Amino acid sequence: MSDATTDEPLVLGIESSCDETGVAFVRGTTLVGDALASSVDEHARFGGVVPEVASRAHLESMIPMLERASAEAGHRLDDVDAIAVTSGPGLAGALMVGVASAKALALCLDKPLYGVNHLAAHVCADVLDHGPLPEPTVALLVSGGHTNLLVVRDIASDVEELGSTIDDAAGEAYDKVARVLGLPYPGGPHIDRAARDGDPEAIAFPRGLTSRKDMERHRFDYSFSGLKTAVVRWVEARERAGEPVPVADVAASFSHAVADVLTRKAVLACTELGISDLQIGGGVTANTQLRELAEKRCAEAGIRLRVPRIRLCTDNGAMVAALGSQMVMRGLPPSDLALPADSSLPVASVQA
Amino acid sequence: MLLAIDTATQAVTVAVHDGATVVAEQAHTDTRRHTELLTPTIRDVLREAGLRPRDLSAVAVGVGPGPFTGLRVGIVTARTMGLALGVPVHGVCSLDALAHATFAAGQTRRFLVATDARRKEVYWAAYDVTDEGVRRTDGPDVARPAELPGHLRGLPTAGRGTELYPEALPHALPQLDVSAGALATFVTGALRRGESLLEPQPLYLRRPDAVPQAERTPVTP
Ligand SMILES: [Zn+2]
Repeated sequence: MSDATTDEPLVLGIESSCDETGVAFVRGTTLVGDALASSVDEHARFGGVVPEVASRAHLESMIPMLERASAEAGHRLDDVDAIAVTSGPGLAGALMVGVASAKALALCLDKPLYGVNHLAAHVCADVLDHGPLPEPTVALLVSGGHTNLLVVRDIASDVEELGSTIDDAAGEAYDKVARVLGLPYPGGPHIDRAARDGDPEAIAFPRGLTSRKDMERHRFDYSFSGLKTAVVRWVEARERAGEPVPVADVAASFSHAVADVLTRKAVLACTELGISDLQIGGGVTANTQLRELAEKRCAEAGIRLRVPRIRLCTDNGAMVAALGSQMVMRGLPPSDLALPADSSLPVASVQA
Repeated sequence: MLLAIDTATQAVTVAVHDGATVVAEQAHTDTRRHTELLTPTIRDVLREAGLRPRDLSAVAVGVGPGPFTGLRVGIVTARTMGLALGVPVHGVCSLDALAHATFAAGQTRRFLVATDARRKEVYWAAYDVTDEGVRRTDGPDVARPAELPGHLRGLPTAGRGTELYPEALPHALPQLDVSAGALATFVTGALRRGESLLEPQPLYLRRPDAVPQAERTPVTP
């Protein structure tokens, strides 16, 4: 590969770690083509992602998404300088579809292959909206699958986990609370809508891992299982008493409890590490209260906040291509063609 | 130049056929590492045949039935190669491929193919043998080996089913896994005769085992 292409490499990214099949083309830090197929509707009646259903959907969507992204980008597959793929963490059977497809492309097109970490890719998505990441930066990832607090010193090679959820991901708590409130799956958008008419201070739901003792042992970890149970108990007590459930107040108070603990610890991490940039990513970023509270607290603490547009916060191929592009630009060696799908790839392994 | 791959049995198997003969073939029998092994094996087989991917004119892939994860690795690899190279992708029932290898090895009478379906079951199909080759008469389907009808269990049987369930399937033939070489030979012959092959769609034979969520019933005091 010549130096000219290393400046602004054209990278194809493939994402298949959960229920979205994403394929995108990125040139340097510019998104030029982006195709996404979701199997979310197929999981709705199960109340959560069913791995086998997700894997089947990835197989059916992979070729159409490659074709669509290619058409949208106005590039042939042959034009790319490298192929990037999420190799973990995620659902094993789902990851394998994307990894196998990426390897076949790398072999047939004779292009380098980069296996990338899904969590680091989430953080990297923001370069497509706001340009190069300030480094170091603290990153908070919140979705149906992850809740992680990271410190990013180099997006292509140095990401460290400060903390993560010790039980449910924040997004899972949204799904379960939505269910108890009779709202559809996935719960996030429905709770957000219901919460707009509610009082976030109406009910004092617990803030997980914020007691003094927990702040010693789990300073930057999260827990949403206790909160979820508290909401379920509260709602059921109302139902037993034959009283109406104030859905808007429950949604607003629950959502506020989540946003409070997420932003409190993220801002604390920035202050304690002396880092003045915070980036938030993942599907739960669409939540109004989380965005507003993050903006308010960051402004108070003098922290610059970066949040990519929501399309880039949920799982997609663009973030994978963006991270692959960073690796190519830094001249990092490609991954081996024997690259595995690693469902529990640690976040410190930015490249697999 | 036809590339053939199959990942529906314990083997990750790859072969190249030049229209007259199998020019290179490799297999690994590590059932847990299909994702890792398949593409490097394709690279190695092409290298052994002195070919580049662009020299291929078609891809053939075993579409199962077989354990789903491995099956999908093979099918998505074949489909992606077809897209990247602009060549057709043909599907073949993996049990048929195993049957053709069994016939090629000299089997002269009716036989059964039974492969590992996990969960104490086998994927199976039964074949008649004629002068021209084999013809599937029953299956493919999935069943507990002991619950197959006696007239099928009594047949000579190819596939790992005999290794896993020797009491139910006592008449073992030596062919245990699919050979991509045999698959390639079958596909080359079928294409020459103008026969249609399958779409590269998996033969799952089982639904995803997930239970739809029940209506929520509040806990009573
Ligand atoms: Zn994600």
